[in-house]
Amino acid sequence: MTTFEAILLTIVTASTPLLIAALGELVTERSGVLNLGVEGMMAMGAACSFAAAVSFDSTLVGVLAGMTAGALMAALFALAVLGFAANQVGSGLALTIFGLGLSGLIGAPFVGARRDPVAPVDIPGLSDIPYIGRLFFEQDLFVYASFALTILIALYLTRTRSGLTLRSIGENHTSANALGLPVLRVRFLAILFGGACAGLAGAYLALVYTRFWSPGMTAGRGWIALALVVFAAWRPGWLLIGAYIFGAATVLQLHAQAAQFGVPSQVLSAVPYLATILALLLLSLRHGRAVGAPGSLGTPFVPDR
Amino acid sequence: MFSRKLFGALAGVAVAALSASGAMAQAKDKIKVGFIYVGPVGDHGWSYQHDQGRQAMVKALGDKVETTFVESVPEADSERAIEQLARTGHDLIFTTSFGFMEPTLKVAKKYPKIKFEHATGFKRAPNVSTYAAKFHEGRYIIGQIAGRMTKSGVIGYVGAFPIPEVIAGINAFYLGAQSVNPDVKIKVVWANTWYDPAKEGDAAKALLDQGVDMLAQHTDSPAPIQAAEARGKFGFGQASDMERFAPKAQLTAIIDNWSDYYIARAKAVLDGTWKSEDTWGGLAENMVIMSPYKNMPDDVKKMAEETEAAIKSGKLNPFKCPVYGQDGKEIECKGNGALSDEQVLGMNFYVKGIEDKIPQ
Repeated sequence: MTTFEAILLTIVTASTPLLIAALGELVTERSGVLNLGVEGMMAMGAACSFAAAVSFDSTLVGVLAGMTAGALMAALFALAVLGFAANQVGSGLALTIFGLGLSGLIGAPFVGARRDPVAPVDIPGLSDIPYIGRLFFEQDLFVYASFALTILIALYLTRTRSGLTLRSIGENHTSANALGLPVLRVRFLAILFGGACAGLAGAYLALVYTRFWSPGMTAGRGWIALALVVFAAWRPGWLLIGAYIFGAATVLQLHAQAAQFGVPSQVLSAVPYLATILALLLLSLRHGRAVGAPGSLGTPFVPDR
Repeated sequence: MFSRKLFGALAGVAVAALSASGAMAQAKDKIKVGFIYVGPVGDHGWSYQHDQGRQAMVKALGDKVETTFVESVPEADSERAIEQLARTGHDLIFTTSFGFMEPTLKVAKKYPKIKFEHATGFKRAPNVSTYAAKFHEGRYIIGQIAGRMTKSGVIGYVGAFPIPEVIAGINAFYLGAQSVNPDVKIKVVWANTWYDPAKEGDAAKALLDQGVDMLAQHTDSPAPIQAAEARGKFGFGQASDMERFAPKAQLTAIIDNWSDYYIARAKAVLDGTWKSEDTWGGLAENMVIMSPYKNMPDDVKKMAEETEAAIKSGKLNPFKCPVYGQDGKEIECKGNGALSDEQVLGMNFYVKGIEDKIPQ
């Protein structure tokens, strides 16, 4: 493996958890619900997936456990914001704090355990393409899943009836309700989907990225995923670009340090944030019009009001 | 997070603090001891070792102590956590990160009867002691091992923040390597975090990608040494024994051993003999312990053991004079044949041979 390929591989690993978590949040937000609990759901996904993977010695069981844990956390959030029309910002923050704490408790017996790396899956033919072949076609299944998810979500939102329903509920839940659309049901499913994605991102972090569990290991990635959704203007394609720019800048600044370019490391550490904001700003400027948030984002919906 | 101007205040505060008298000493039957950790106790590293010290204290003193700990306390928000412990009847409070220095002093001023112990800081007060370990002694040994073992001639270092403690560690590591391998090169990457396993791992990978085959770290998780293991290279455990994460890659680990100190300080409060002091222990005081030397040829192991013994006996000081700065000029020798403690604790320069610049 050349150095170039090695660097690109690290970038893929750094970007994938951000992309997966952000995709889930994007769907949730498109339905009009702001869930600030991504960090907590991700931590729960990481803890539960690692615990299950070690206990049953199976990565698949681990992944399923991680997604389930994320979805269960999301269900709790849904109960608060849909069932009781609670404040979404407050409930989301509470979910993050709760998730970080509970994940520490669940993961405690597994502190110090380790897992072997997940074997990459080679796509014959495509993996022989120079440079990008091994990069994109000899990866673990999570990476393929993240690409597939991006495409499927983009198609779902723009090309299907159900996607249109979800978007219209996100834009104006009162009108959608008047049209007879099932606002709460769609939102509930969107929240669950967001939770499962955050759980999957957490599973990736614990099973592939670090291969051990330690409390607080998400280290703010959930918040970055949230920010990416905003800067990508709620579009899956831009989200992919944003996540990879962020991942690339994070890894490249470390390489720049090792190569001793003489730029202060504090400045380099800020590069991922600046680069991502700049790139996505330019993207949205080029589009000519300001891209706004879904109209009903963050407002509770109470039927018959 | 780490204000540079604080270092200027070093001398004044230290002198003022030594004229300590404080509250009248009184023996007690039972005390409550609180701990503030910067990371989670499950970090396998820094905070984990402090908690091992707490547990050892409970084991040694039994019913005489009741302990509380607060983990993952952000440095910026630590005052609240410290005050919370002060308000809930703790007699002795350990604050275990450099960044807790100012908040500790602030709370200590409000609660003069409570004893405080701040790790790795340099400001004391009548009821605030400081303690730290001479980790650079261990780093000199691992530097020698890395210098002997490296095939590429390039050794790497993942640092957290460019503060004196970390810089002194890099210098000691490099001086050790240079002592056995004069042409050795070092690459340093700053993670700008104490604890973010994924990012620490990426920093390690960046170094390995650029030809480093010996990896030392001064961040708290086992991710860097694990990255070395995955690439078939070598590394050194940080703060606690990380062998289970890298059975083939870990050559040795520098273990922080706070147990003896914590037990002694709690006893001092129980006896009423506690005084504000500054403790800086190393290999000789058992505050720094090297885990067994493994995965290396016998002659390298022998060298490491001899160096360890020499440092313990006081025959060898990692910062023995002459020490040269990056520009090749000799650093003024303020200690006895070596740099003084203050020079090491406030170290803000790289030694000759390190080609990188310290981020300012």
